[in-house]
Amino acid sequence: MKQLLNSLKEIRKYPAAIFGLMIVSALVIFAIVVVITIPYQEAINMWRGGESIYGRNPRNVPPKWVNWFREEELPESFELIEGDEGVTSEVKTTEGGTNIKTLTFEFDYNYAAFPQDIVFYFRSNFDEKEPFVSMTWVTPDEREIRLGNFGTGPTLTFPVSQDDQLKKKLDDLAANVGLFKDPESEVDEVVQGTYQVNIEAITFEPDSEINVEMVLLGQVHGWAGTDHLRRDLTLPIMWGAPIALTFGLLAALGTSITTMTFAAIGAWYGGVVDGLIQRITEINLVLPFLSILIMVGTFYSRSIWTILGVTIALSIFTGGIKQYRAIFMQVKESTYIEAAQAYGAKDGRIIFRYLIPRIIPLLIPGLISAVPAFVFLEASLALLGIGDPVLPTWGKTINDAYQNAALYRGWYYWILEPAVLLMITGLGFAMLGFSLDRIFNPRLRGL
Amino acid sequence: MGSVAESVSPSIQKKKAMTMGTLTRVLKYSGVRLISLFLTVVVGVYLTILIANMGGYVDQMMKAEIQERITMEVGRNPALKNMDPATRNQLAQERIQNEIERLNLDQPLLLRSMRFLRNALTLNLGRAMNMTSDAGSRNVRAIILERIPYTLLLMGTANFILFFTTLFLALALSRHYGSFWDKIIIGLSPTSSAPSWLYGIFLILIFAAVLKILPFGGVIDAPVPDDFLGRALSVLRHLILPASSLIISQFFYSIYNWRTFFLIYSSEDYVEMAKAKGLPSRDIERRYILRPTLPTIITAFALLLIGTWTGAIITETVFQWPGLGRVTFRAIGLYDTPVIVGTTIIYAYLLAITVFLLDIVYALVDPRVKIGGGGEPKK
Repeated sequence: MKQLLNSLKEIRKYPAAIFGLMIVSALVIFAIVVVITIPYQEAINMWRGGESIYGRNPRNVPPKWVNWFREEELPESFELIEGDEGVTSEVKTTEGGTNIKTLTFEFDYNYAAFPQDIVFYFRSNFDEKEPFVSMTWVTPDEREIRLGNFGTGPTLTFPVSQDDQLKKKLDDLAANVGLFKDPESEVDEVVQGTYQVNIEAITFEPDSEINVEMVLLGQVHGWAGTDHLRRDLTLPIMWGAPIALTFGLLAALGTSITTMTFAAIGAWYGGVVDGLIQRITEINLVLPFLSILIMVGTFYSRSIWTILGVTIALSIFTGGIKQYRAIFMQVKESTYIEAAQAYGAKDGRIIFRYLIPRIIPLLIPGLISAVPAFVFLEASLALLGIGDPVLPTWGKTINDAYQNAALYRGWYYWILEPAVLLMITGLGFAMLGFSLDRIFNPRLRGL
Repeated sequence: MGSVAESVSPSIQKKKAMTMGTLTRVLKYSGVRLISLFLTVVVGVYLTILIANMGGYVDQMMKAEIQERITMEVGRNPALKNMDPATRNQLAQERIQNEIERLNLDQPLLLRSMRFLRNALTLNLGRAMNMTSDAGSRNVRAIILERIPYTLLLMGTANFILFFTTLFLALALSRHYGSFWDKIIIGLSPTSSAPSWLYGIFLILIFAAVLKILPFGGVIDAPVPDDFLGRALSVLRHLILPASSLIISQFFYSIYNWRTFFLIYSSEDYVEMAKAKGLPSRDIERRYILRPTLPTIITAFALLLIGTWTGAIITETVFQWPGLGRVTFRAIGLYDTPVIVGTTIIYAYLLAITVFLLDIVYALVDPRVKIGGGGEPKK
């Protein structure tokens, strides 16, 4: 124990160890905070939520903070609804129950880039005759463009960019571009200033009412951007941390402890037991580790716990067991072991109370150095498409991005965010483990 | 003079006897080693088969394949064309039943898995369930053989460059222990904890997406250049990024490892002695540092060659490199067990052969190792 403390004191001499320790502790704290603020089940529900949660996010846009590095800012999303500033509404009632509601949405648009889309949401109640709306778009330079006339039904979502008639009207430009473009300019230039949308909604029954909402989908969203399903990437970016840490630490811990135990048993009993363990190690070397994991993933279960179990099982009998065995062979000859035998200690007691505790200082650097490999393993499996299907993880995000050719299409944030976080996690543990190895391993000391 | 002649002849005889003894010993040892390695392969492959077989996937697929094949055969047979559908159907069912019995699919798992094992071990890899080779063959062996050159090209290039550059840089560093570059390498060695595909993604981002000077992936331009030189250059261009990512991911740690290893050996007494004698440092390096570390270097090299086999699955996927890793991955995605078992058995054989060859090479380069001479090699 004293040796352990002394060694820990020595960490201060290694800047890499301190740096690594800082990264690791920051990650652990971050992971704990994430798990407390967004509980497991809630995270899964949110991630698999779909349209109801993410419908009003733009698709495939970078995070907000890219604007800090750009000369010309990208538009941010906003919503306008009755009662907001810039929205005026007026209802004219007539005798026959036919009401005319006039709505005006006014907003400033001072970006150089076009928005991704403008979506109008209509919600109305009626018995038989659906309300009818006609919409006009007024640009800052006073041009008027008819957006369309249509019956709304009980609910209607009208994304202007998807409307073909409108597209024809706008020189074959999608409406999110065509409505904002300066018609005089050769290049796609936005007319900046105050835009107006005038909506005339006619309801045909006395109790019939209609609500209109306008959403402008910008080119940036949130702190992490969005993916192809409009999902906010903040969730997987945040939840990736606890999952990666849990998987990495549990796998490293499980592997190290079982490996050490088997090595101690083999070294202590020798003979057939030792031989058997050696043979199993050789056979395990032949088994294709990744292929088996992929098979387990495709054939049985993609649950992260199954994969974790198989990973540990396949990692027990590897090169590490030979290293531990060599150390145990030396420790076994120590006089204190002889003394223990002399007073009649049982085999189990010797193995677990005398042999194993002796090499725990050696275990720690190995354990910490093993974490990155398992963190990346989880990400690799996710990248191959056999990550846990319900969990939002870093690897899954990279996989989604890769499936959608994110690099090719310039959606760099989508891959960079999880990749950089993976890199930081891996480096943190590697730097710490590496320095600890130099501290605890007497052979490396001073080299 | 006479005394010299007398003393020579018995020593020659003794030497002759020793060579004979060594030969039988080598043969015996090699035999035992081969058998034990073969058994290892057998058990390893059998376990893989069991893993791929559990849940009845393999059986279901085989039965489905038989059903499909025989129904097609019966349907295509002109001699049976005039038969009424019910009779023809019954005939097909009978044949399917016969075929299932012939392949013993109605037998217990134990017997069947043994048969599967025998087929795998004799490299009778059979036919793929869903996959075809690029030439259109369903033969598993054809599918695998077709991809081996690509894997060898990528892995060979990356591993050779990696191995030799890191080895020589490490040797140079070990001479300048504690220097600026030494510290840089130590500081950078944790970067090797990240896998090559992660570096691959960063490289693609920089060189393909942003700078647009290298391709995103694949192995050759489309359309394929006409002349050989054009083709070679195109392949080379496609090789740069995946090979670089494989090299970068191991580079610093590999140097660090070798450097530490050489440093441990350079602090041996006999090296100090050689230095004291005033031998030139080239000679010291060659005779007193490289020579005793040769077995380790060779082992590392051999294991590097076969070890990257599995790791290539993901790098090849990221770079769309049509190697064996990608075949394995596609096979698993298509539930194509014969191909999975095929790649496994080839890997197992390669590993076993390498381990066996290593044993022999050890004996050749390291005079301290006595093959089958009883006892562990002295350290």
